[in-house]
Amino acid sequence: MKHSDSIIINNLNKTFYANNAKVSALQNINISIREGEFFCIVGPSGCGKTTLLRILAGLETATNGEVRIMSNDPNRPTNSMVFQEQSVFPWLTVLENVAYGLKLRKIPPKIRNEIASNFIHMIGLTKFKHAYPHQLSGGMKQRVSVARAFANDPEILLMDEPFGALDEQNRMILQQELLKIWETNNKTTIFITHSIDEALCLGDRVMIMTAHPGRVKSVVSIDLSRPRQLSDIRMLPHYNELFQAIWNSLREEVRVSQGKIT
Amino acid sequence: MNENTKSKIFRILSILSPLSILLLWELLARLSVVDPRLVSCPSAILKTFVPLMMSGQLFYDSWVSIQRVFWGFIAGSLPGILLGMSMGLSPIVRSAVEPMIAATYPIPKLAIMPLILLLFGLGETSKIFTVAIGVFYLVVINTMAGVMGIDKIYLDVAKNFGASRKDFYLTVAFPGALPMIFAGLKLGMGMALILIVAAEMSAAKAGIGYMIWRSYDMFDIEQMFVALITLSILGYIFSIILDVVERWVLPWKQYS
Ligand SMILES: Nc1ncnc2c1ncn2[C@@H]1O[C@H](COP(=O)(O)OP(=O)(O)OP(=O)(O)O)[C@@H](O)[C@H]1O
Ligand SMILES: [Mg+2]
Repeated sequence: MKHSDSIIINNLNKTFYANNAKVSALQNINISIREGEFFCIVGPSGCGKTTLLRILAGLETATNGEVRIMSNDPNRPTNSMVFQEQSVFPWLTVLENVAYGLKLRKIPPKIRNEIASNFIHMIGLTKFKHAYPHQLSGGMKQRVSVARAFANDPEILLMDEPFGALDEQNRMILQQELLKIWETNNKTTIFITHSIDEALCLGDRVMIMTAHPGRVKSVVSIDLSRPRQLSDIRMLPHYNELFQAIWNSLREEVRVSQGKIT
Repeated sequence: MNENTKSKIFRILSILSPLSILLLWELLARLSVVDPRLVSCPSAILKTFVPLMMSGQLFYDSWVSIQRVFWGFIAGSLPGILLGMSMGLSPIVRSAVEPMIAATYPIPKLAIMPLILLLFGLGETSKIFTVAIGVFYLVVINTMAGVMGIDKIYLDVAKNFGASRKDFYLTVAFPGALPMIFAGLKLGMGMALILIVAAEMSAAKAGIGYMIWRSYDMFDIEQMFVALITLSILGYIFSIILDVVERWVLPWKQYS
């Protein structure tokens, strides 16, 4: 079971048609993600990372090609997404937001509040359980949306720069927390990030995407042992080799996306 | 100055300024700068007010109008909210219904009152319907705008969490549009008062509008003013009720 594929993406293309203009966002993406894998995606801004995740989440349709998500348990939701932008419902309290998915799945209030409370504790917002989002900072709201996806207990987690809006301390705490959870449940996770360090700390593999239109440039395996202690991992010589390898690959693309090379 | 004293000063000011106008009115009438037979004066109005209140006549007429406004308000706003939400969520419903609403909205509601009288007769239904139709337009338009103004990301979240059609309505469209729905209800309340008075003036045997018309017939200026004041009090109470309900159901809205 361990090495069966969980997500298969075959010749995926996505073209947007907006105002009579064609924008090719994704070109010929081919990748298989194993069950239980922590798969990171890095790439220059605008290269189509969010688009890829939205297609996997069923929020966008592929122009051609296919994505297949293997589902093992019909009683669990296939995927839950943590959105890049602010997506916490302003009209629900923190608790209600985190319990949202469970409520739609008709889990009884007592149970869903208990589950939600656990995750709220995990993200350090127990004091704000009954607060409304307008009383929270941007980073706190982002943590709520992480908890909301976790609480839903999906087969696949889709995370779009979930820690991007957080300060460094909170980011490190949540990265470690995320690792801890992932190491116990081994949920297939796709994780978009701008930070090479974050990809190295968390991921099993990192996919580097080319600048617009997004293609797969390379996939790097992160053969750092688990369980990982984030503070130690950065000291390893191998960490630095991997960092260099990814950065060299990515640097070119970032410069292309800024128009410095064509 | 802290927030508390500031709001206290605002409150005092808002009581003081109308009082001084009443005083000025009384003064001008006493000094015969204005003709008291035409514009009356606060003291004379008060003298008429008390017996009208004691006899129960004023309460009776008010109660009749309140009931008509209430039922008309319900009959107009509920369909308005439901249709407005469907229009906001579904492009199909929107393109089917919006042209009709846009075409009929500009017709002054008073203009169709004779038609309403022909259709529903002189009874309660015609008054309630008149109010309902005025409220309906304002609520449907605002509700639709409210739903369409909801950030698309929330619909994406709901979809990602497997929301059913009902969930979209109950967990996204309705709460998200609620601030705009209340804007519509408040506008509708103003419209309801206009319409009820007009309806009662033309064809009624009771109600505040009827009271105004009767005063005109009998050239009883004081009683007319009593009716007008009652109307303004009613309008004020209605808007307070709406404000209270709004704050109660919208705890997530930040008020300034
Ligand atoms: N709905 C849309 N209509 C038209 N074009 C779109 C749409 N969504 C995205 N695009 C375009 O597709 C490309 C990829 O966008 P996407 O949001 O996937 O980038 P990204 O890699 O997530 O960027 P970032 O790192 O800045 O979040 C961009 O050029 C963008 O302009
Ligand atoms: Mg993005």
